[in-house]
Amino acid sequence: MAKILIPTALRAFTDGKSEAEAEGKTVGEVIAAFAAAYPDIARHLYDEEGRLRSYVNVFVGDENIRGFGGLDAPVKDGETVTLVPAIAGGGAGRA
Amino acid sequence: MSKGIISDDRLSSLSNEEIARYSRHLLLPQIGLEGQERLRAAKALIVGTGGLGAPLALYLAAAGVGTLGIVDFDVVEESNLQRQIIHSTRDVGRPKVASAADRIRAINPGVNVITHNTRLTSENALGIIGDYDVVADGTDNYQTRYLVNDACVLLGKPNVYGSVFQFEGQASVFSAKEGPCYRCLYPSPPPPGLVPSCSEGGVLGVLPGIVGTIQANETIKLIVGGGESLVSRLLLFDAWEMRFRELKLDKDPGCPICGRKPSIHGLIDYEQFCGLKPDHAEAPVDAIEAKELKTRLDAGDKIQVIDIREPHEQAIAPFPGAKYIPLGQMVRRMDEFDEKVDSVFLCKIGQRSIFAIRALREAGYQGRLLNLRDGVGAWARDVDNNMPKY
Ligand SMILES: [Zn+2]
Repeated sequence: MAKILIPTALRAFTDGKSEAEAEGKTVGEVIAAFAAAYPDIARHLYDEEGRLRSYVNVFVGDENIRGFGGLDAPVKDGETVTLVPAIAGGGAGRA
Repeated sequence: MSKGIISDDRLSSLSNEEIARYSRHLLLPQIGLEGQERLRAAKALIVGTGGLGAPLALYLAAAGVGTLGIVDFDVVEESNLQRQIIHSTRDVGRPKVASAADRIRAINPGVNVITHNTRLTSENALGIIGDYDVVADGTDNYQTRYLVNDACVLLGKPNVYGSVFQFEGQASVFSAKEGPCYRCLYPSPPPPGLVPSCSEGGVLGVLPGIVGTIQANETIKLIVGGGESLVSRLLLFDAWEMRFRELKLDKDPGCPICGRKPSIHGLIDYEQFCGLKPDHAEAPVDAIEAKELKTRLDAGDKIQVIDIREPHEQAIAPFPGAKYIPLGQMVRRMDEFDEKVDSVFLCKIGQRSIFAIRALREAGYQGRLLNLRDGVGAWARDVDNNMPKY
């Protein structure tokens, strides 16, 4: 079981929850199980071809999965998977 | 020899007045006379004078950064004052750069303030940024973030990054000479409407204060040339849980602008890149004007009006007679709609409602879906003047 940390921008799709747990041996499996539990979030995580959207970064522990096989990166029991989407807010700094 | 980003030939001795003013910096061996001279020689550009730009400008001015450039094309609005502490109530209606420049000069008359009352564009960005040593990005949209990143990579300038949403902030230093750039982290922006802006999603007023002061701290360290910068690190801050997290960032060898074989050699069209031009948008969504909706409702047309706002937001300006289904539950509650009847979707400004319509379409909904153009804001403006505008 891995712990998933859900960023504020995606909590509207998880009934406001900031954490979730999901089963899986790889990041891909963990995120798929998470998306199955919250169907409205799937569209925000995957594009039309089922690839992870490039504005969402996924970290296992403090490492970006990009350098560790992407969705095939292994997840150990009890590890933390952090979703980090791009946020652009500047408190309305308009330039 | 030079330390940091300010070369030694730009340094000169401080006056006695400056020594008195900056005494608390001079007492720090990490800054000292030399660091303060570097601060005075430095030229920093603050992009956006909003929630992040306000504390950035105030602290960099107080710290004695010699030249401060500020870019913003907006005017001060009442709803800015909850967090943009560089502007005052009496400044409402003034250009933000004018109001910010007054405050900077009041804090420290020794600062040379340069105001750029303009939108940063692909045409002017290299010219404006080229004059500065370091850039602090406090903008509120993706196109300007990619523009600032690309201009900084092309010019070899460090980009002190911060962004905020609701209770959550991010900060890093993108300096492509030593570490990753913004594109290494986020190769492309989210589709328009997918991530709500602060004007729709809200932001805790002190949050940009905290993240903006972190940016000011990183800017000062880059200028003085010491400490551990946030290069190759992403700092995440959750103000509600009061938690900082730090993640490692790596340079992406395939990055289109700072990677091994860059494909971007100049500034591009960022509106197009961010999907803001119609030819790049998904299938268009039919809209209905507020007045037209009012006419149809008065005529007794069968219409399902769906309010997709969150309950706390709906409470600010309720829409009479609307069925309430928040955006986050749209797809799983699809069977509550009648496909034979027109549906009108509404939110605050008519952006998230487009997203709700697209999500339903993708999920296979067959009925007619209409977007209330400009949201309940338009209803308050054109139909019901008693409805609060927020
Ligand atoms: Zn890069």
